[in-house]
Amino acid sequence: MKRIEAVNDFVVKFANINGSGSASANELFAKSFLRMGIPVSPRNIFPSNIQGLPTWYEVRVTERGWLGRRGGVDLMVAMNPQTWNQDVKEIEPGGYLFYDDTRPLPSSKFRPDIHVIGMPLTEMCNAHYTDARERQLFKNIIYVGALAAMIGIEPGVIAELIGEQYKGKEKLLKPNVNAFQMGYHYAQEKLKDALGLKARRADAVGDKIFIDGNSAAALGCVYGGASVCAWYPITPSSSLAEAFQRYCSRLRVDKETGRNKFAIVQAEDELASIGIVVGAGWNGARAFTATSGPGVSLMTEFIGLAYFAEIPATIINVQRGGPSTGMPTRTQQADVISCAYASHGDTKHVLLFPEDPRECFEFAAQALDLADRLQTPVFVMTDLDIGMNQRLCKPFEWDDARRYDRGKVMTADELEAGKDFGRYLDVDGDGIPYRTYPGTHPKRGAYFTRGTTKNAYAAYSEAGPDYVYNVQRLLKKFETAKTLVPKALLTASKEPARFGAIYYGSTSPAMAEALEALAAKGIFVNALRVRAFPFQDEIFDFVQSHSKVFVIEQNRDAQLKTLLVNDAGINPVSLISVLHYDGTPITARFITEEISQIVTALNVRPIKKDKAA
Amino acid sequence: MTYLAKPKLHHPTLPKNKLGYTRRDYEGKVSTLCAGCGHDSISAALIQAFWELDVEPHRVAKLSGIGCSSKTPDYFLGNSHGFNTVHGRMPSVLTGANLANRDLIYLGVSGDGDSASIGLGQFAHVMRRGVNMTYILENNGVYGLTKGQFSATADMGSKSKRGQVNTDSAVDTISLALIMGASFVARSFSGDKAQLVPLIKAAIAHQGAAFIDVISPCVAFNNHPGSTKSYDYIREHNEAVNRLDFWPSREAITIDYSEGGLIEVPQHDGSILKLRKLDADYDPRDRIVALEHVARAAEKGEVLTGLLYVHAEAQDLHAHLNTYAVPLNKLGEKELCPGAGVLEKINAALR
Ligand SMILES: Cc1ncc(C[n+]2csc(CCOP(=O)(O)OP(=O)(O)O)c2C)c(N)n1
Ligand code: SF4
Ligand SMILES: [Mg+2]
Repeated sequence: MKRIEAVNDFVVKFANINGSGSASANELFAKSFLRMGIPVSPRNIFPSNIQGLPTWYEVRVTERGWLGRRGGVDLMVAMNPQTWNQDVKEIEPGGYLFYDDTRPLPSSKFRPDIHVIGMPLTEMCNAHYTDARERQLFKNIIYVGALAAMIGIEPGVIAELIGEQYKGKEKLLKPNVNAFQMGYHYAQEKLKDALGLKARRADAVGDKIFIDGNSAAALGCVYGGASVCAWYPITPSSSLAEAFQRYCSRLRVDKETGRNKFAIVQAEDELASIGIVVGAGWNGARAFTATSGPGVSLMTEFIGLAYFAEIPATIINVQRGGPSTGMPTRTQQADVISCAYASHGDTKHVLLFPEDPRECFEFAAQALDLADRLQTPVFVMTDLDIGMNQRLCKPFEWDDARRYDRGKVMTADELEAGKDFGRYLDVDGDGIPYRTYPGTHPKRGAYFTRGTTKNAYAAYSEAGPDYVYNVQRLLKKFETAKTLVPKALLTASKEPARFGAIYYGSTSPAMAEALEALAAKGIFVNALRVRAFPFQDEIFDFVQSHSKVFVIEQNRDAQLKTLLVNDAGINPVSLISVLHYDGTPITARFITEEISQIVTALNVRPIKKDKAA
Repeated sequence: MTYLAKPKLHHPTLPKNKLGYTRRDYEGKVSTLCAGCGHDSISAALIQAFWELDVEPHRVAKLSGIGCSSKTPDYFLGNSHGFNTVHGRMPSVLTGANLANRDLIYLGVSGDGDSASIGLGQFAHVMRRGVNMTYILENNGVYGLTKGQFSATADMGSKSKRGQVNTDSAVDTISLALIMGASFVARSFSGDKAQLVPLIKAAIAHQGAAFIDVISPCVAFNNHPGSTKSYDYIREHNEAVNRLDFWPSREAITIDYSEGGLIEVPQHDGSILKLRKLDADYDPRDRIVALEHVARAAEKGEVLTGLLYVHAEAQDLHAHLNTYAVPLNKLGEKELCPGAGVLEKINAALR
């Protein structure tokens, strides 16, 4: 029988029961590779449930640093009888099944083309622990120990990680180390050569950090100067607001007075959260909310007001499958259109598409600047895949010389000096007017904020020309936005290529890997990662210079493509959609297969390495 | 619409407050509401109260929802920033504004449709949070701006201009505010300047969530079949042409009555509103007593007016959140950004 043999390149999947304490043990397993210099990319696949339903944790071990989901499983750690059949089915031929064989199973429960590794976990736990809770918790650590022995993870690395985790809680430290060793020794003795998957110390992690996108975005908000946060819990965004709270309690409490340089309100709903953000933005504080698609739906009336009344607001949308009773714990990029055009009337909004936690940090901070500069709502469009999974990424950077861009705010001195103030007047030709904060000057600069019934000096007006002046200016402002948002990034093919690919957000790691796989097949593709809406001219030019451009998205309706056609004036004939939308993160295998098939169907002969197409 | 243009120049003999401002300095744009609308009387009372309190007009932020009532912030305190937000959501915007700058005075203006219908949730929650503000609900029992539909404060059994009978029970915003934790709760009548002005002053001075429900008759839409002759005539006219195209021009109702007294106020539609002023010796410090008083009066068909409840040492949202003394909107990189050094440490802990 075939036996998968691999070093530093395999996928391990844990099938567990939600709430059984497996999450921390599995994370320990994933991190141990990082400490050995081997990149990993873990993903939670979890139910909308607190306790009892199945949950999975997939760890891709990848010395090459491919951080997308690979697809397929080399080793299944099957700890959940409920999902047994499905889990066994998923294993690649020649792969491995690790299970608790305290109660032996009939051979019909297995597959002939996989290698089965049993270990009496329950029996060992029952022998060592009396408390039911301990039996459950340490079972997880014991299997981590066994896996470490079989895979060749250095025990010192795990000991170090356990030590860090239980620092200051010595009572917990020792039993964890003991449980780990119990599993380790058992496997060393009894399962020495059971697995063909091995870890070998490498140097491929470097100074990278390992963090989830929601925490990173929260930290970006701290660095970017957000002082007001209002939110309403919704998966997968809740951990963002919670992380902001955590970071603020550490980093934003005044040492002398013990008082908070931040205000966080868990509002009664998303209408109130965005209302609070709009109120704070109107009054000159940097404010943000974190939510997901259904929350944005509730916010849309306010988003329209903020657009027309020109009030800064930062909205972080951690996208998931819709609707509210949809797939809250699955990932998608399916709110692109609903956010780009959120609200009634002629509205469009700035969107930023981070690819990983590092960009979640950067773009969150930048969104706060852009919102102030452009006096408008700005969306950071992350998703569950980035938001709720820890991802290896470049370390965060901050330049201490960086100043917050508070935009065009007229001061008391300028007003006193007699500077003309027209709240909706385009004085600089960039479509961005000046604003004043409430309370600035006793006699000048006050105005009444309302939607669109106003003239350039904010006086009440329902006159057509005033309306047109105003909304045309808003269009000009949107043009200005193009010069301020992050530029699209090109990954040029090594060989001249007639195909292009446009992708964005969490598709990034899978795309990088797919490009290499495609090139190996002789299909060369120039890839452009779109990082923001509105689109710059470079995106238009990119499409123009390729005969066909694939647009890779994680939604059903080709939403970015729609925007490209609608807003960048791109001819839809040049665009071919590659769409993945079953709720799991897109994989390199999927992209490679789709594009190869389309290329074949287009009857284009794969290009030989030495020939240009 | 009030057509009287205001003289541009200040009369030299107009009285000035301690800041040297006349009442004119607290006025705003010319009102566009119907002549005689109770809301205009409330605006006048607000002007008087801020003037008497010697508040610098630009240190006030006025926020409102949508409705005739919510338009009024444009008609007073012209040197203050104002914000006509969205229908029923003023409380959240005011909360955010207040969090951004704790140093200004926040005035929320709303209608009964705005607060008790579409905005009931935000109304309740802003009281719970104890946002430091003066919340004025200009209560006329109808949707003025959308032409006379019932609001949630309309009495059960009342008839709308279009002839429908309201079969839903009314929301009592006073009881709701009391239950939700407002720390200053009062009710008054738009035409009772003698009572309203001091109440507004006390509400502004109060450092917490202050709520005043002000009954404010709508001259255009409070119509019952049993109304006065001329009003009936108007109703018949409007019904005959099947549209609402003829508006009565009326005098605003003004009243003055003593503490503990009961006054029966004929409304524009001919109905009688029974207002009972709280006794001089009523002790407003007990919330449960206040709730009981309101309920007992309602049972007798009376509407209690006056300061029903005040908790003088109330804490506001900033106290709950332990926010910094300097307004958050004045903080810059120095106070808000932890800097590159700290970030390096954070990076190190993530490896
Ligand atoms: C979301 C939304 N729905 C409906 C409206 C229409 N609308 C405008 S004002 C109003 C009612 C206002 O009634 P109230 O708050 O009692 O104010 P009044 O005019 O009586 O002072 C309604 C329903 C709106 N502006 N927004
Ligand atoms: S419709 Fe009623 S509430 Fe509106 S302005 Fe006229 S009288 Fe006032
Ligand atoms: Mg009303």
